[in-house]
Amino acid sequence: MRFELMYESFFKIIGGIPLTLQVVSISTVLGLALAIIVALMRISGKKSMSIPAYYFVYLIRGTPLLLQLYFVYYGLGQFSFIRESILWPILKEPYWCGIITLTISTGAYSSEIIRGGILSVSKNFIEASGALGLNKIKTFLLITLPITVRQALPAYGNELILMVKASSLISIITLMEITGIARTIISKTYAPVEIFLVAGSIYLIINFIIVLAVGLAERKLGTVKAN
Amino acid sequence: MFEVFSFGSSGWGDEMLMGALMTVLVSASSLLLGILIGIIFATCKLSNIFILKIVANTYTTIIRGIPELLVIYLLFFGGSGAVMYIAKIFGYDGYIELNAFTIGTIAVGAISGAYSTEVIRGAVNSVHKGQFEAGKTLGLNGYGLYGRVIFPQVARIALPGIGNVWQITLKDTALISVTGLVEIMRQSRIAAGSTHEPFIFYTAAIILYLVITRLSNILFDKAENTYSKGFVSKGAL
Repeated sequence: MRFELMYESFFKIIGGIPLTLQVVSISTVLGLALAIIVALMRISGKKSMSIPAYYFVYLIRGTPLLLQLYFVYYGLGQFSFIRESILWPILKEPYWCGIITLTISTGAYSSEIIRGGILSVSKNFIEASGALGLNKIKTFLLITLPITVRQALPAYGNELILMVKASSLISIITLMEITGIARTIISKTYAPVEIFLVAGSIYLIINFIIVLAVGLAERKLGTVKAN
Repeated sequence: MFEVFSFGSSGWGDEMLMGALMTVLVSASSLLLGILIGIIFATCKLSNIFILKIVANTYTTIIRGIPELLVIYLLFFGGSGAVMYIAKIFGYDGYIELNAFTIGTIAVGAISGAYSTEVIRGAVNSVHKGQFEAGKTLGLNGYGLYGRVIFPQVARIALPGIGNVWQITLKDTALISVTGLVEIMRQSRIAAGSTHEPFIFYTAAIILYLVITRLSNILFDKAENTYSKGFVSKGAL
């Protein structure tokens, strides 16, 4: 064990934390919006809405994230109409390609969590709210949504951890976040075990904080009795 | 457009299919290694020995909290060193280099093992206590009890979970393309680079992954049906 190297590389690797957190939080927020849309499409009961949503989720969940990343970063840039479009300043940046890919990915996975949460809301609540004279939109916003948030929270916590882990892939398209810096140091010093321990502990701490925060939120929101 | 996928030396069709075969091979061997690891660590977790529980919990926590890519880098850069270190203890002093397939299998197997551990632990827990008691009453112990009575039930309950682990494992093998193993991901990168057609090759890779996922879903569903014979399905309750 080269402890001095571990000490030195720790300060280099923590320089990657802001980028990791930034990419994770931007794509989580955008992905959540996408997930709500996809989940509502799937439970809409209209085939023209639910079938595209189903295949979108199927496509994303059935292919590796790395492939999706390559597809967005390298694949789309092949076409001159994309290179000439107004989207090109965004699509040529690895940073935005990373965010787009992670957004789409978490959007697909979270939509399943949200769908499960919405479906778990008891019919009795919906009927009771109708009896109280609330319209459909008010019922959704005041009854269904808060219960869904509570029901989906534990699974969504797992999704957040998966997002932190998934963000490591953007190091492959040249972004220097935690894993990217760790890899650079490994190939310079050839000390894989030491650097793995340092970078791995940083990830474990980030994920541990997420677990604590989600647990706190779960307790704050209390439990929902089904009937 | 499709001539790039022709077979033989002029196109990439056969290379892509070989890549798909490599993905299936490395995924299958990783899954098997993972199940083996899963059986060992699930046994540790279910044992009453404190230190074994700690070791197993540490393993699953680390694997589930750390990016897969870091685990792969650890084994890619450190795997040969570790093997040579162990060989030295046994008196062998030469240079050993692990090939990309072995490193990939060990890395993805270690990742998939953490998920298998939880699946198998859950399955063992869901076998009714009465089954253990009845087995003991019949005078069975060791292999007789665990091999003949408990394992077949665990296997049936764990099957859907192992199906999920298979999907995760299949997708994780894309990451070992960074170590140089020529599977779907690596092969489509090479082809995209040399033909300057990244879009079609990555689309082809997407299709290959979806086909493998679909086929394995069908296989797992069949296996589930076979092993659930004689049990009332959930839908019928």
